[in-house]
Amino acid sequence: MNIWQIISQIFPYAIILTMPLLITALGGLFSERSGVVNIGLEGLMVVGFFASAIVVKGLENIFPTAAIPIGLLAGVVAGALFSLLHAFASINLNANQIISGTAINMMAGALTVYLARTITGSGNIAIRIGVIRHTIPVLSKIPIIGPLFFTQTYWTTWIILLIVLVSWFLLYKTSFGLRLRACGEHPSSAASSGVNVYKMRYIGVMISGAFAGLGGSLILVTYSGEFNGTVAGLGFLSLAALIFGQWKPLGVLGATFFFGFAMTIANVSQVVPELAVIPPLILKVFPYVVTLLALVLFSKSSQAPKAVGQPYYPGQG
Amino acid sequence: MEYVVEMLNIRKEFPGVVANDNVTLQVKPQEIHALLGENGAGKSTLMSILFGLYHADKGSVKVKGKEVNITDPNIANELGIGMVHQHFQLVHNFTVTENIIMGNEGGFVLNVKSASRKIQELSERYKLSIDPNAKIEDISVGMQQRVEILKMLYRDADVLIFDEPTAVLTPQEIHELMGIMKNLVKEGKSIILITHKLKEIKEIAERCTVIRRGKYIGTVDVANTTQQEMASMMVGREVSFKVDKDPGKPEELVLDIKNLTVLNSRKFEALKNFSINVRRGEIVGLAGVEGNGQTELVEAVTGLRDIVSGEITIHGEDITHLSRRKRNELGIAHIPEDRQKHGLVLEFTVGENLILKSYYQEPLSKHGFLNQDKIKEHTERVVEVFDVRSGQGIYSPASGLSGGNQQKAIVGREIDMDPDLLIAVQPTRGLDVGAIEYIHKRLVEQRDNGKAVLLVSLELDEIFNLSDRIVVINSGEMIDVVKTEDTNEDEVGLMMAGIKRGEGR
Amino acid sequence: MKQKNNALVIAVSAVVLGLLAGAILMALIGSNPFEGYTYLFKGGLMSVERIGNSIATAITLILTGLSVAFAFKTGLFNIGAAGQMLMGGLCATMVALTVTAPRPILLLLILLAGFAGGAVWGAIPGYLKARFNVHEVVATIMMNWIAYWIVYYVVPAYFKGAYLETESRLIPVEASLKTSWLDSLFNGSYINIGIFVAILAVIIIQIILKKTTLGFELKAVGYNRDAAEYAGIKVNRNVILSMVIAGSLAGLAGATFYTGYASNIQIGVMPNQGFDGIAVALLGATEPWGVFVSALFFGLLHSGKGFMNAMTSIPPEISDTIIATIIYFTATSVLIGRVWSFLAKKRKRKEQEKVIDQTPTDASLEEDK
Repeated sequence: MNIWQIISQIFPYAIILTMPLLITALGGLFSERSGVVNIGLEGLMVVGFFASAIVVKGLENIFPTAAIPIGLLAGVVAGALFSLLHAFASINLNANQIISGTAINMMAGALTVYLARTITGSGNIAIRIGVIRHTIPVLSKIPIIGPLFFTQTYWTTWIILLIVLVSWFLLYKTSFGLRLRACGEHPSSAASSGVNVYKMRYIGVMISGAFAGLGGSLILVTYSGEFNGTVAGLGFLSLAALIFGQWKPLGVLGATFFFGFAMTIANVSQVVPELAVIPPLILKVFPYVVTLLALVLFSKSSQAPKAVGQPYYPGQG
Repeated sequence: MEYVVEMLNIRKEFPGVVANDNVTLQVKPQEIHALLGENGAGKSTLMSILFGLYHADKGSVKVKGKEVNITDPNIANELGIGMVHQHFQLVHNFTVTENIIMGNEGGFVLNVKSASRKIQELSERYKLSIDPNAKIEDISVGMQQRVEILKMLYRDADVLIFDEPTAVLTPQEIHELMGIMKNLVKEGKSIILITHKLKEIKEIAERCTVIRRGKYIGTVDVANTTQQEMASMMVGREVSFKVDKDPGKPEELVLDIKNLTVLNSRKFEALKNFSINVRRGEIVGLAGVEGNGQTELVEAVTGLRDIVSGEITIHGEDITHLSRRKRNELGIAHIPEDRQKHGLVLEFTVGENLILKSYYQEPLSKHGFLNQDKIKEHTERVVEVFDVRSGQGIYSPASGLSGGNQQKAIVGREIDMDPDLLIAVQPTRGLDVGAIEYIHKRLVEQRDNGKAVLLVSLELDEIFNLSDRIVVINSGEMIDVVKTEDTNEDEVGLMMAGIKRGEGR
Repeated sequence: MKQKNNALVIAVSAVVLGLLAGAILMALIGSNPFEGYTYLFKGGLMSVERIGNSIATAITLILTGLSVAFAFKTGLFNIGAAGQMLMGGLCATMVALTVTAPRPILLLLILLAGFAGGAVWGAIPGYLKARFNVHEVVATIMMNWIAYWIVYYVVPAYFKGAYLETESRLIPVEASLKTSWLDSLFNGSYINIGIFVAILAVIIIQIILKKTTLGFELKAVGYNRDAAEYAGIKVNRNVILSMVIAGSLAGLAGATFYTGYASNIQIGVMPNQGFDGIAVALLGATEPWGVFVSALFFGLLHSGKGFMNAMTSIPPEISDTIIATIIYFTATSVLIGRVWSFLAKKRKRKEQEKVIDQTPTDASLEEDK
């Protein structure tokens, strides 16, 4: 097989891996842009993973067509609600945001398996159905991008991309976005202009919870098919993608695509002879090593929101 | 109406301190009313209440005759009250327009073009000359302040509060600001000017309300009151502005800087071919507006920043390659500009802070182990000699000390090192008059003991009071060096704006 | 002194709240919380062997807790204890499987290998932070996964177990940190001489932090990097040193776990103790002796959960949930402090109001209060 064939074969898989990363990283973007560091994305993904698993499992035999969308919605809601814990600790109590986020991760991991065990006895929840892939009729015939983007796609992918577009618009072209970004750069300035910083940060964190929950749900219905208590570090990878993408929606899009590709190559390397010559260890650690390199390159001139991670005390400045 | 704004019998308490105790402020329409008090007297708190950032515990606020309840800045804005903050409330990487419309965007979708147009019009009408599309981080400090003013005008403010507006301006820019304020009043605005600078009050205000330690002292007609009288009201006793000192007797060179070029963090030249020297037994004052290279100069001497070219010598020895610690050991002491950021570790005790530079030396430690007894002995002595007051002596956490005592601790630590060169940057910023007097005395004492003192300050009064010679810096260049007795503040003010002596305007 | 009392109140409150949350969870699934907790604690303490197991579990937690606490004290978040543990454990296992030497020397080499493996694994993110300002949270998490995959491939390639592909060979008995006299003392539990290593570590870290110039420097850098730099302290060097020490502690944890508690290393498992170390450090207020006590408590929780699961139907994940909840409450400790001071102020204000409003003619009003 030549390079082109390899790429077009693994492309759909790369997209599948990318989408949960993308939406979660986007959620992280909203949180950090509002000024709150959210290390707990990993745990929030797990929560969404779990919630959607229960819902889909419960509905798949009764309402097969509606089960998946409702399941995804359940993931969104569960993630948003669970993130309130982090929001309350970080925003109202000015707790250390890293510790709070770590607590979220641990709680999510333990609590979901605990509840899963009581439901199924094993801690894993398997579902029967999944998102069906479609090939879009006309667009898939376009040379080059047709086979790559419009063949065997999931409808969820397009929703995610739509969300990315809407997010970009929201962030840069609306008053909401202006105020949100101000809260992350200089909260007392926003407060002097009459912006409710607490409210904005709550919204930012809840969006991150909702999006991360959606990300976890996506994993279930697109490639996993079974809840097993962990998302294997994808939440943290999203955080890295956020830094790599320099806190911009389009940057995050690029960064997560890159990671998705790298992970896919690692996964399929055994099957593709040309790739199998590379030691599997190298392929597996490739995304993480690249992340470290990216961090090295980008951390000095970081475009992080200036006030991110710092507790906000009204009346200061 | 008689008064456009009234704050009556205001009381505001914070844990452990009464910031405002039965304070009354009444501002007439189209007047410039000064609010005078020392640092920490309660002026900012009072204005924060007016602006909706704090709520008063007791008392009432009336705007244009009607009693109001200002719960957040939005309501203050709606009532026509706006504030130009001491520390600008601007987002550095937003444009002027984005900063001004924030909170007042006029719709869900941003319409930057029409807002920019309106801002341009306002800017022209009030002669503020602002480019609406410039980013805040790219414009000068004076211009940033005008953006804050524009922000208020954009919201149709009638009452404008200026919080210590001249701290960051050149004498020229101060004149411009005074002109702008007079213009605003002519256009029907009323202005509350928070300040501790008596000269400016005399120049521009009609009436002045004085607060001292949270209490209301009185309101005076500025025209009929002398600066001396206002100062006494502010401090509560007779104040002498001059420091008693004999003329200096400078001896050999201690610090010699020649042709120093230093880059700042944004890779621009902060110092260009700068030269300055300080001798034993003299105080050299470095005068200049904030951000003209003073910070980088001090960082270069103390070892916090690398230099591009030039030389720095202490007693003739080149120190540019020495580590910070080595420079400390050579006898360079430094009272930093920001005592909480660079001077102290707030979570440490007073004692631990006092040994921050010397903990590794015998007898305070040996073979890597701290000698707690010797440390106790040493630090208790310093605390006593330098009158550092705190709840639990050397065991008090530094965060619990007042600003004055924190500064005294730092001064004590540095002077106790018996340095040959003492660099004092903004040593009295934010302190009350008592602490200021103490520190000034100590600096002169060091000079009389044969030390070399480099004083970097933004307050011209302080420079003139203490220095034997004055060096003026502007845009990283040395403009001139003069003997204090040979010059005056106006001349130095011109130099600070970059105009050399003898040059025309 | 006041700070120490404060920390104790917060720790105890957090534990109580965590246990309360656990009780609610137990009730939620229809189990009796009292029963649940009884079996949980019995499971950890009921017999000498069980006590030994509790202590054995605690050994690893003491060391990872120290690792996180030490880094924390110097201003760094070491989320990478798990990866450091894996690398330390891998090195220790490799030595145990390949080196022959008299037992005391062998054990020393094993511990040294664990120490070194963890130290290197901590030095890398430390260097990245010092030199490039890379935030250590993301960096250490990446290091965790790199370590994970290294173990995943190295073990089956060179040290494959006799029965399973997913674990290493068993280490020889002479190489294990288990000893016969401890075994007989505790009736053959998992306990091993790691406990002495752990206690020694606690003492040494305590001394470093309180009594040495190194500890002084590290704390200064941790609290206020700018002031430390200004005072002449070499910030970068201290950041790296701190991560090296933190990493080596976690590496020792790996050594005690994989060649002490266990007798081989499994692949595909990210050791939870790395993250539990965060909980231990926080609950112990990042003080060495606090870490020691917290680790024992958590060791108890983990040790007893199996028994509890056997006797009731409560899933063993309850222990992890309780631990996570405890961390959440230590993070939000401000709330606990606020609640206390709010109650105290309310009481005081009520007393003051009584005094002010006490006017002789309004006796009836007073009764209405």
